[in-house]
Amino acid sequence: MMNCQQAVRLMSDEMDRGLAGSERFSLRLHSLLCVGCRNYQRQIPFLRQACRATPPADVTPPTASSPTRE
Amino acid sequence: MNSADAGGVDGRPPAAADNSRKLPPAAATIAGELAGFRRDMLRFAVLQLRDQASAEDAVQEAMLSALEGADRFAERAKLKTWVFSILRNKIVDIIRRRVREPSYQAPEEEIDDADFDPLFRSNGHWQNDSRPASWGDPAKSLEDQRFWMVFDACLNRLPAGTARVFMMREMLGLETDEICSELSMSSNNCWVVLHRARMGLRLCLDQKWFTTGDRGA
Repeated sequence: MMNCQQAVRLMSDEMDRGLAGSERFSLRLHSLLCVGCRNYQRQIPFLRQACRATPPADVTPPTASSPTRE
Repeated sequence: MNSADAGGVDGRPPAAADNSRKLPPAAATIAGELAGFRRDMLRFAVLQLRDQASAEDAVQEAMLSALEGADRFAERAKLKTWVFSILRNKIVDIIRRRVREPSYQAPEEEIDDADFDPLFRSNGHWQNDSRPASWGDPAKSLEDQRFWMVFDACLNRLPAGTARVFMMREMLGLETDEICSELSMSSNNCWVVLHRARMGLRLCLDQKWFTTGDRGA
């Protein structure tokens, strides 16, 4: 059976390409049995949701607080 | 150009100083509203470009284009969507130019497969203390200003090239094919980089937000 490391990679791929039937099947089977991966699978779409959302109005402007990067 | 405040509060179009570009009369009617988007636009551009000056340029250019096209724009309700789509294009242009520069670092070079190994046991299953726990209803966090500070900080922690691919995919909404061809990467490398970005960002949010006691106090 597929392990968690392989499962999370496929979950990410699923957001970027269509999975093959066999991939989808193994992933579903794995997630059914693994609560950690089930949580992961719900969390990565949230990353996309946050990227496409707009912060509420009075967030500190990036100009004022932009930290030094890298 | 960077210091100029695009779309001043008095509603005067920022292009007043630029004689080479003519603005339609309708520009005046949207200028004030545009100025109100400036902060969101800047945050968006700074996150993608990781450089305040280029971000200011992109925002300025996008606002100017919006003003120039003001007479083609009838539906005020969608003004923000429209101006952000212009900004997206400006950002993609800047990224495209950067890829051609000699200092450009390919995202693949940042890949180290061992980085996330400590999260897993040798059989590839989660370590007990790194197994993802439920985030409850994470969408609630989107209303919390403190979440956004953490989110931006976590994005900024990703290696620059990795972040670039991730933002092109998730913020700019480009398809992987487009990203691959823009950045001359193979599809598989693109997917690997996106996977690593998601792993890193998820882990950072988990540690700095979802499993700390700081939120929702």
